[in-house]
Amino acid sequence: MVILLKAIMISGRTLGQGASCEAKMSPEFFKATSFCALSELDYNALGISEGGNVLVKTEFGEVVVSAKKDEGLPAGVIFIPMGPWANAVVGPDTGGCGTPQFKGVEVEVEKTKMAVMDVKELFSDLKRTGGEAS
Amino acid sequence: MAEDVLCPFCGCLCDDIKIEVEDDRIVGVKRACKLGSSKIRGHERTKAPMVRRDGELVETTYEEAYDRAAKILKEAKRPLLYGWCSTVCETHKKGILLAEEVGGVIDSTATVCHGPSIIGIEEKGLAGSTLGQIKNRADLIVFWGANPAEAHPRHSMRYSSNSSGMFTPEGRKGRKVIVVDVRETRTAKNADKFLLIRPGTDYEVISALRMIVAGKGDLIPEKVAGVAKSDLEEAAGMMKTARFGALLFGLGMTHSRGRYKNVDNALSLVADLNGFTKFVVMAMRGHYNVAGFGQVCAWETGFPMSVDFSRGAPYFNPGETAACDLLARRETDAMLVVAADPVSNFPRNTVEGMAEIPVIQIDPFPNPTTLLSDVVIPSAVCGVEAEGTAYRMDGLSLRMKKVVSSPYPTDEEIMQNILDRVRRLGDDN
Repeated sequence: MVILLKAIMISGRTLGQGASCEAKMSPEFFKATSFCALSELDYNALGISEGGNVLVKTEFGEVVVSAKKDEGLPAGVIFIPMGPWANAVVGPDTGGCGTPQFKGVEVEVEKTKMAVMDVKELFSDLKRTGGEAS
Repeated sequence: MAEDVLCPFCGCLCDDIKIEVEDDRIVGVKRACKLGSSKIRGHERTKAPMVRRDGELVETTYEEAYDRAAKILKEAKRPLLYGWCSTVCETHKKGILLAEEVGGVIDSTATVCHGPSIIGIEEKGLAGSTLGQIKNRADLIVFWGANPAEAHPRHSMRYSSNSSGMFTPEGRKGRKVIVVDVRETRTAKNADKFLLIRPGTDYEVISALRMIVAGKGDLIPEKVAGVAKSDLEEAAGMMKTARFGALLFGLGMTHSRGRYKNVDNALSLVADLNGFTKFVVMAMRGHYNVAGFGQVCAWETGFPMSVDFSRGAPYFNPGETAACDLLARRETDAMLVVAADPVSNFPRNTVEGMAEIPVIQIDPFPNPTTLLSDVVIPSAVCGVEAEGTAYRMDGLSLRMKKVVSSPYPTDEEIMQNILDRVRRLGDDN
């Protein structure tokens, strides 16, 4: 049986994300931003093995990220560093003020055997349809 | 050795960086934090201008890239000119001229960052200060939804909780620190009082604190958003009895449910506290010159961001004219991205809107926005390879230095070239 965790996702800056955010095509950025931190309680409840991945889903999209324990997180709250992996599950609504809700996103988390996509793979399905030089 | 160099990373705009230069190359960076040092040392660059042909980005000349960019912007009915956080005010000025020329919308990264703070400040007003005043006078620092230990690593040592100033010679020992957050961050570990709140409850917690400060604490329940009333009373007591308090807030407030209303309420809390003591409040601005764009845009157009020129006069209505709203509604038909990376930092659905329209990128570095761009124009790194003006998070304007030379044109030069071409296309009509 797949265990499904309902949680609240927040995204934000980390030292690793900040140090590699001007080198987003680098392996350092991938390592620094393509993970999800969970409380020890949630991590253990999902039965994630060392180095395992999780699938994070919302009504807006889904993304596979690697899983990490973070003792600073309360149960039911997960953290993904700001970047394309976190934003894969953030909705477009701006609440009338221009700013999407990057924190406090209702998500479902389950463990998965699927691999984490790299930056290019994340956007490879977006076909360019305009702007070609003649 | 270049001394007193300003750091082009975050809103702290640290002005004491030492850069070792040999043969016009950077060989060492001193005093900067991990974030600043990484940027100043440099990363892989976009080597040459590129345009998309048969689905692939191919190298071209600057001349062709400028022509192509000008044509896209001139032909668009609703172009969006977005970014501006990691470039200098001189670029902003040209960008606003260009937006006006093409009747487009100009918006900054503030709209996915502290935009709600600006809206809150417009609603309520701001009891502001400089970082110097906080360093020299504050005996209580409140970090709310902010994690400077990771986002502004030198803030605490230079300006706030752990700094020593004229009337604060004891540094951290002489100050109290309150942290309010939804998780125990590195910043929270440095707190005297940590309030762990449930995500999306900032407004409730601020309201409860305001009630206690106003002497109406008996009306609030025993627990508010997971926080015990006694903890809120202790925090409110610390705020009221401080000689000089500073509330420094981050994106925890603006990215959560409530957004600008959270900020509005926090500013009201600070206004209330000024009935008892001296209290100031400041947004912890992210990129080094996102505040500068707000300044330039406000003095040029009357508004700080999300300005629409399509009506012939500046019009501002975030929620309608902000970048994410325009893209989510599929309303914009061309986009210029300068010194920012919306493909990484916008929600996926919003990014899908970018894939359907021509995109022009001006940036020193390749990033996910490059993947969706049709014209890519590499530029010099402001603050390292180009000089100019930037505004620190407290609104202080400072001069960025040029430390080494660059084979790339500056953002300002690129903007001028595109602007000249757009104007010439206008003459032909």
